[in-house]
Amino acid sequence: MTSQVSSPAEQADETVVGEQRKPAGAKDVRRLDRVIIRFAGDSGDGMQLTGDRFTSETASFGNDLSTLPNFPAEIRAPAGTLPGVSSFQLHFADHDILTPGDAPNVLVAMNPAALKANIGDVPRGAEVIVNTDEFTKRAMQKVGYETSPLEDGSLDGFQVHPVPLTTLTVEALKDFELSRKDAGRSKNMFALGLLSWMYHRPTEGTERFLRQKFAKKPDIAEANIAAFRAGWNFGETTEDFAVSYEVAPATTAFPTGTYRNISGNLALSYGLIAASRQADLPLYLGSYPITPASDILHELSKHKNFGVRTFQAEDEIAGIGAALGAAFGGSLAVTTTSGPGVALKSETIGLAVSLELPLLIVDIQRGGPSTGLPTKTEQADLLQAMYGRNGEAPVPVVAPRTPADCFEASLEAARIALTYRTPVFLLSDGYLANGSEPWRIPEPDELPDLRVQFASGPNHTLEDGTDVFWPYLRDPATLARPWAVPGTPGLEHRIGGIEKQDGTGNISYDPANHDFMVRTRQAKVDGIEVPDLEVDDASGDARVLVLGWGSTYGPITAAVRRLRAAGQSIAQAHLRHLNPFPRNLGEVLKRYDKVVVPEMNLGQLATLIRAKYLVDAVSYNQVNGMPFKAEQLATALKEAIDG
Amino acid sequence: MADTTLAGPTGSETLLKLVPKAEAKQSMKDFKSDQEVRWCPGCGDYAVLAAVQGFMPELGLAKENIVFVSGIGCSSRFPYYMNTYGMHSIHGRAPAIATGLASSRRDLSVWVVTGDGDALSIGGNHLIHALRRNVNLKILLFNNRIYGLTKGQYSPTSEVGKITKSTPMGSLDAPFNPVSLAIGAEASFVARTVDSDRKHLTEVLRQAADHPGTALVEIYQNCNIFNDGAFEVLKDKQQAEEAVIRLEHGAPIRFGADGSKGVVRDPATGDLKVVAVTPENEGDILVHDARAASPTTAFALSRLADPDTLHHTPIGVFRNVERPVYDTLMAEQLDAAIEQHGKGDLAALLAGGDTWTVVG
Repeated sequence: MTSQVSSPAEQADETVVGEQRKPAGAKDVRRLDRVIIRFAGDSGDGMQLTGDRFTSETASFGNDLSTLPNFPAEIRAPAGTLPGVSSFQLHFADHDILTPGDAPNVLVAMNPAALKANIGDVPRGAEVIVNTDEFTKRAMQKVGYETSPLEDGSLDGFQVHPVPLTTLTVEALKDFELSRKDAGRSKNMFALGLLSWMYHRPTEGTERFLRQKFAKKPDIAEANIAAFRAGWNFGETTEDFAVSYEVAPATTAFPTGTYRNISGNLALSYGLIAASRQADLPLYLGSYPITPASDILHELSKHKNFGVRTFQAEDEIAGIGAALGAAFGGSLAVTTTSGPGVALKSETIGLAVSLELPLLIVDIQRGGPSTGLPTKTEQADLLQAMYGRNGEAPVPVVAPRTPADCFEASLEAARIALTYRTPVFLLSDGYLANGSEPWRIPEPDELPDLRVQFASGPNHTLEDGTDVFWPYLRDPATLARPWAVPGTPGLEHRIGGIEKQDGTGNISYDPANHDFMVRTRQAKVDGIEVPDLEVDDASGDARVLVLGWGSTYGPITAAVRRLRAAGQSIAQAHLRHLNPFPRNLGEVLKRYDKVVVPEMNLGQLATLIRAKYLVDAVSYNQVNGMPFKAEQLATALKEAIDG
Repeated sequence: MADTTLAGPTGSETLLKLVPKAEAKQSMKDFKSDQEVRWCPGCGDYAVLAAVQGFMPELGLAKENIVFVSGIGCSSRFPYYMNTYGMHSIHGRAPAIATGLASSRRDLSVWVVTGDGDALSIGGNHLIHALRRNVNLKILLFNNRIYGLTKGQYSPTSEVGKITKSTPMGSLDAPFNPVSLAIGAEASFVARTVDSDRKHLTEVLRQAADHPGTALVEIYQNCNIFNDGAFEVLKDKQQAEEAVIRLEHGAPIRFGADGSKGVVRDPATGDLKVVAVTPENEGDILVHDARAASPTTAFALSRLADPDTLHHTPIGVFRNVERPVYDTLMAEQLDAAIEQHGKGDLAALLAGGDTWTVVG
């Protein structure tokens, strides 16, 4: 749907819901500038769907937003247990925001486990909506509540709304021929309806979504819609909810344009399709399912009408192998994976370095080592991407900073791969992959031209005057070798992982040639043109620089804003290119007395910075599977400024 | 063998037509690269290289549309010696790499060259999955029953008890039979031939090239340095008469001096066994049917050989059936997607369903 947000005056009295659902005049409506809501329940309670729908409603209303889905690796962990809790946090505002928020203003807890697992993050004074039907003695004992937290005073200080969500849902669906159990399943839609009333969300999108999702089971669609409406009406009529809230659209936060909400993995998938179109090369994805990267495989497999080939391989190695084969044949080749998959692909990445063919390696980082925390985020694959191969095997590394930025980062990774004929790492992470935010949809003609020239004829003349094709004769500007695809007459040549003679590409064990080739491959990557690093130093007198990369952009920027609002001076810079670094990075680092590097690892970028620029960078680390909180970072940065 | 009447299965013609033909007549010389061949003198690989280079002109394909992809090992140096496109990749991964190439470029004739260690040990997973997918690849598996390039360790096809550098008291593991393995992995074309029998080798290559889908050709190849004479019993004229069973589609399976021996089905077990042919049992001799829908008999044939002595080793085409080719199916899905949804429109894709507009 499209809603016009044209002027503040219009927006103020815009009617976003149907007349009959306007909040009753008797109830207070309060205006807020931002809200953080967390939906929490059992893995089977549909919390991710509930969060997604609330997000879509919020996006179409025109708020800025940022989301944080958080779920266990098990598909259905044991019901009612702490490890089985799944949650979805959404931060939305009438101004531009950068993170999913530190602490929820509202917690929706569908059972005792959800309450216990999340209440620690909720500040006193916040609203807590609990599904009282699930607070049975047994369910509470399962998570260690000896007495009911709803009655023993442990929730004093919170605004608790006890709501029998299951009973109310079942009651609302009594005209449908559903068992109590089946009817109860719609309780997440009842909760969504209630929250949609509380925050004046538009509802048409959710009703349309439910009709589409259950197109083959219209009864179920109608039951869910009935539960959703019942939740809305409950909010409007019950006295327990005396206040509803308005958060105005973020009109001034966004430049002119058409927007949509997008997650990182979706933006990345679209970026790959766009890169294929801009390069005029067919897209080939060789991949093996792995959390949290599989959604890219799923998404690309839907777009075969763009000429996209997706190959679900027998293993990670075959995934990248097939991609490399397709690259040899002239496709824009991609493999998608997460950290453990990168480990398996390492040898093939080394081959791609040696073959000097374009190849995108997308690593959606997750908690490690080994299987680690498959559904949680981390940034600990940076050094693996940089150095995780035998021999001197340099690979460029590009990292997106927000979910929507995954689109542009994909195009940039493709540009480097195609221009320099090299494998390129695109390092996203679980937080970017599943998180979402509004995205200004670009026009296709705004996108960069990525077209390449395949080799078409001889490129060298031998002393005897014969014209020949040398597969390792380089472009002097980029040091890229020609891309001669099979099917081109006269350019038949052989490539391989054995060291090649400069120029001819023939096998060579000559020591001097190997030394030259190792240095040349490094020089090619070092020489990649990347934009200079931009520094945000608003006051111009900052002595401390905070340097980040990847998904820490949101929390770092939010922390920097807090400090500046409190009168502190701090400079901020964020790296998209990790290899090579921007040319001016060394000079930027030396301008400041102190460089602080927050990372969701034990200091991998800091290690690189210290090694390359001899700068005594201060590492600030967190590896708990969650993104930084802005408040926590602000405190740490304040200490750096004061210290 | 040479006069076999096997035509390509229906449909193969269409698939092979996607690869452009050579404009001029080719000769063996056209397929020799300028690189010096560096196998050990006397290696069986020379014979296979010569047979392949000699056979290629007969295919008459534009040589720029032919690609040889190999893994690691002695035989995997093969692509360097072919004046076609080629890739010498990494250990065991050639079928995976070739799958990406073949499935994205149906105008190419893609050949994989691999060995017993490369294909069956480190790369076993890729081999079986290429076979079950039926990607349009021709896989030449050079089996010398030893690791050559790493200087003489036992391989996954070595006989049990083999004394090598890594098994001074004898190897413990039971070997793979590559033909049995391929048939078990749903292969649509499986053949076996011998490096020194150029005529037979060429005929098997001809049938493999004609086959739409994955063709696995096991080539018994002598490593004269680390496992010399491994196949002598199949090569020595006198011994071979008793040891080798030549399979011909549509012909009774007979061998030995004047066809004195034959293969019959044991009515009690359904298994195959070798018998002396008599006027009484002559009618019971099994007629070889490479096109049989069921792989059962082809598998039973693959089990006739004694893994230690190699007596009763069938050579020729065990199985040659047509089933859907992966690359074709993949291309058809792309066509179907365009037919159903129209050619991809990037602007429409990026916009998706739910948008809102911010105006100045």
